[in-house]
Amino acid sequence: MLKSAMEGRLLLRPLLLLLLISSLFFIKISSSSPPQQIQILTAERRIDLTSHIVRVFLTLKAENTGASQASEVLVALPPTQAEHLAVIKAASIEGKRKKKTVLPLDVNPIELADTPNGACLYSISLLKPLKTGDTTTLEVLLILTHSLEPFPKEIGQSESQLVYYRDSALILSPYHIREQTTYLKTPNTKVESYTVVDPTNRAGTELKYGRYDSHPPYSYSPILVHFENNHPFAVVEELVREVEVSHWGSLQITEHYKLVHAGAKHNGIFSRVEYQSRPSVSGASSFKRLLLTLPPRVHSVYYRDEIGNISSSHLRGDSYKSELEIEPRYPLFGGWKATFVIGYGLPLQDFLFESSDGRRYLNFTFGCPLLETVVNKLTIKVVLPEGSTEPSAVVPFPVEQYLETSYSYLDIVGRHTVVLKKENVVQELNAPFQVYYRFNPIFLLAEPLMLASAFFLFFAGCIAYLHVDLSIRKS
Amino acid sequence: MGGKHESANGLKAPISTPTPPAHVSLRPDFFPNLKSLKLKTKQQELLLRVTTLCLVYLLAFIIRLFSVLRYESMIHEFDPYFNYRTTLFLTRHGFYEFWNWFDSESWYPLGRIIGGTLYPGLMVTAAFLYWVLRFLRFAVNIKDVCVLTAPFFASNTTLVAYFFGKEIWDSGCRHRRGRPHRHLPWVHLAVGRRVAVNTGSLAWALGSAFGYFYMVSAWGGYVFIINLVPLYVLVLLITGRYSMRLYVAYCTMYVLGMLLAMQIRFVGFQHVQSGEHMAAMGVFFLMQVFYFLDWVKHLLSDTKLFQDFLRITVTCAVSVGGLALGVGMASGFISPWTGRFYSLLDPTYAKDHIPIIASVSEHQPTAWSSFMFDYHILLFLFPAGLYFCFKRLSDATIFIVMYGLTSLYFAGVMVRLILVATPAVCLISAIAVSATVKNLTTLVRTKSKVIHTGSSKGTASAKTSAKASLDQSLPFQRNGAIALLVGAFYLLSRYATHCTWVTSEAYSSPSIVLAARGAHGGRVIFDDYREAYFWLRQNTPPDAKVMSWWDYGYQITAMGNRTVIVDNNTWNNTHIATVGRAMSSYEDEAYEIMHSLDVDYVLVVFGGVTGYSSDDINKFLWMVRIGGGVFPVIKEPDYLVNGEFRVDKGAAPKMLNCLMYKLCYYRFGELTTEYGKPPGYDRARGVEIGNKDVKLEYLEEAFTTSNWIVRIYKVKPPSNRW
Repeated sequence: MLKSAMEGRLLLRPLLLLLLISSLFFIKISSSSPPQQIQILTAERRIDLTSHIVRVFLTLKAENTGASQASEVLVALPPTQAEHLAVIKAASIEGKRKKKTVLPLDVNPIELADTPNGACLYSISLLKPLKTGDTTTLEVLLILTHSLEPFPKEIGQSESQLVYYRDSALILSPYHIREQTTYLKTPNTKVESYTVVDPTNRAGTELKYGRYDSHPPYSYSPILVHFENNHPFAVVEELVREVEVSHWGSLQITEHYKLVHAGAKHNGIFSRVEYQSRPSVSGASSFKRLLLTLPPRVHSVYYRDEIGNISSSHLRGDSYKSELEIEPRYPLFGGWKATFVIGYGLPLQDFLFESSDGRRYLNFTFGCPLLETVVNKLTIKVVLPEGSTEPSAVVPFPVEQYLETSYSYLDIVGRHTVVLKKENVVQELNAPFQVYYRFNPIFLLAEPLMLASAFFLFFAGCIAYLHVDLSIRKS
Repeated sequence: MGGKHESANGLKAPISTPTPPAHVSLRPDFFPNLKSLKLKTKQQELLLRVTTLCLVYLLAFIIRLFSVLRYESMIHEFDPYFNYRTTLFLTRHGFYEFWNWFDSESWYPLGRIIGGTLYPGLMVTAAFLYWVLRFLRFAVNIKDVCVLTAPFFASNTTLVAYFFGKEIWDSGCRHRRGRPHRHLPWVHLAVGRRVAVNTGSLAWALGSAFGYFYMVSAWGGYVFIINLVPLYVLVLLITGRYSMRLYVAYCTMYVLGMLLAMQIRFVGFQHVQSGEHMAAMGVFFLMQVFYFLDWVKHLLSDTKLFQDFLRITVTCAVSVGGLALGVGMASGFISPWTGRFYSLLDPTYAKDHIPIIASVSEHQPTAWSSFMFDYHILLFLFPAGLYFCFKRLSDATIFIVMYGLTSLYFAGVMVRLILVATPAVCLISAIAVSATVKNLTTLVRTKSKVIHTGSSKGTASAKTSAKASLDQSLPFQRNGAIALLVGAFYLLSRYATHCTWVTSEAYSSPSIVLAARGAHGGRVIFDDYREAYFWLRQNTPPDAKVMSWWDYGYQITAMGNRTVIVDNNTWNNTHIATVGRAMSSYEDEAYEIMHSLDVDYVLVVFGGVTGYSSDDINKFLWMVRIGGGVFPVIKEPDYLVNGEFRVDKGAAPKMLNCLMYKLCYYRFGELTTEYGKPPGYDRARGVEIGNKDVKLEYLEEAFTTSNWIVRIYKVKPPSNRW
């Protein structure tokens, strides 16, 4: 709370003051809960700030200095980053340069109430326990969304967008770190200001903090980098994807997007003449086209919104993927929104399989086909054909899931629909998931038979009417 | 200049599609071939009729799908957006809510009581179809239902027209042309049944009353029917064709129809109170008098006595009627005729008195060429058909003749009423074709030598003469008849081609989306309207008020989902005049007006970049006229130079500095629109604009679409006073 109050003032004061205040936050807490059996020998952190999605690559060399074996290594994040964390992945590196192998490891958040300043911990389970005195190299990938704060908060059409990035010069860790360095990569050389925590160097697009030697656990030294980032801040506030399975041979996908430009708000005037005549300067942070990657052999693609078709889209395809380039009705400036629907059909045989136990399963990709976007709320609805039973979903990461019933053409009992929900989704989560169900092919015939019998009854009724004399009086 | 190119009531599509013409003559000629199928003549005829009808039904439906194929399934034009929006509301909130709907999103700050000021027929029909389909588990979208309701009813029209035609010409005129308009089926229901009544019974009269009710609920054009029918009855009375059938039919239809129509809140008591409905009422009373006289005549066998009685009764009746009308008019109980009605009787009336009616392009007198364009050969067949009707005069043909003549007059007065005339013209022409073809085929089939008079002087006129005489014989009669038949079919097939072409080229453009040919022959789409409306919908506060000229009101509320000051329901002339005044004032004066109306955004349509001619600058004089009609500060001559409307250097100073000019041409002077022309060259008017240095003080540009067709400005909040 104090921090946010401070922030308000920070915005007003010159940079010098900012440095002074931020030094107040220099937190050094040596006592911590997990037993100090692990020590980090070297830590290198590379933070990629070139897009609006922040990617942090952390390389840790850990040594077991304790008496017993260690089966897990902990990584800490400040709570502000933890709430924006979209993906955390870890891998252990084995072997030297040429024969290097990367083995993915499990990462799980752990709840420890007494961490200083509410730091959140994630435990990386090692493949084999680390013996006393042994070292291991771990690579951790963190993807943070909504971590760049536009400042100034509102910009005009011809201004470029500047953002703040807040982090710590020192890597937050529950362990003692002997040597550490942090590199920040900015999209271009225009960096307005940055906090200096000696030694700090800037060269080209790279900002280097460190090397810092021997810092106790939970060391924290806030830094603030203010730089230009005109990357399109495309955020999908809500995405609902409906996957409808038809055993007649097609998979129909409908995607409802609520897109917003989450960068600095556009203030007031939008001048078309400037936008048209000086496209490089005017509206540098805006975007007018987006790219979607769709599966190969996609057909019947449409792109529309509540008031009709949007005519500006292009589809290119090869045998590996299809690319759909779409343009919203108007270029999106900071704070502007656009909602639209994209729909397409896919051949069923590419996605539906039969498992060994006689069940069928749909193998489909999770996530959002839009490249370089963040999805705040993703809902995937898999609509199974009428008459299917025992639906269940297998997703490689935790998601909220439940069942509902939906109705479509000529449905009587409704269709089982598996709903999967996840928040804060980025492209790295586009992994396949499976939905298993049982289906009796006899239900395929239900609807044609229904239609046929309706027509039969109609004609039978006509024949009966023509042949039955309904008049009361015999003439 | 200044005429509006909008058609305020969209979906007018006088499409004419004759069926493949062959079938008329098929009937007798194909005996031998079909004998093998062992069908009796009657059965063959039935089969042919049913097949033809089915084909016509399908064709009428399909031909309306041109726009769906060429563009997309979308609502066209201006007014239908209101119907669409209200239908949407109806399906979402149910009928009760719909009936009591107070719409605060239009006519800000007045609002509009939707339930009491609309003809709910179309919305209820579409919603009903939607509910039925939903109930049958068809997962349809309400928009598609709305779009496809029109072709569906177009098809129904053809069926009704067929039965109507059959009724008046008992057999033979199976030459229905689908002339679909979604209102028209019900014109027919009302009219067609009306005729059926003459041969039929109380049940038919009841049916026609309900048909009339449906018509009233769907369209304000019902006034035409309620005046046409009494006129027809009057003509029957005058020509001495009064009968009991007529009495039963008319009285049932009038009383029931009136009572039913009163259930529509918008119509209410107009049937007994407004001047437009008085004719029907007068004829109703006249019928009673006639019946009474008939009864008296029956009682009094003396002719002399009856003559006296007749004189007294008629004088009394007429004077009582005149007195009642006079008192009603004077006391204001009976409202005088509305301006729209006046302008029908006197085409110059609206121009002088009600600029708002005159400003609508649909209300302009019809141009000569558009008759030619829409009717094609029907223009020649129509008089021929009238001739045949007169040759075989009956109650029914009198009706169709009267319907045809009156509606043709109205079609000449107002361009939108072409669609009222269309079915009549079609029917009468069909009678002509049918009669001609029938006569010619009899000629071909008779072995006897018959003279063929008036040999070959143009097929159209030959048709009439072909029937003329069969009594004498000439050598080449058979060959001549065959040649004429071929000629007739050639004409009909040309007509079919023409109709299809007209439908696809002229009547299938949605006017929301503009299409043009690019420099390389490719199709270029200008989707600026929707771009702007969608921008409004997404990026302005939900309670923002948008000021624009009234043409775009319905579209802004339906597509932009924002509150508008005025819309196409032009019920409050003062409010529209206020907007017109704001548009034609200087910016500071306009700012005060806009401020008093809580306007947040101003929307103008500008065609200077694309050459789109129905933009706000071309409509501007109407804004001045309508504004000036209420606020005399606005004077039309201030905007003209020597009676000429200009936007270039020679324009009037007031014109160059009024709000509309500024909003349209803001920063336009910096833009080069056409190669080899100076910057600021207006392509819609073909001139270089006069004021290139437009500065805005109280407004700022909020959005301009990619082709500059729609420009939206934000009204700045009042500046702080220090």
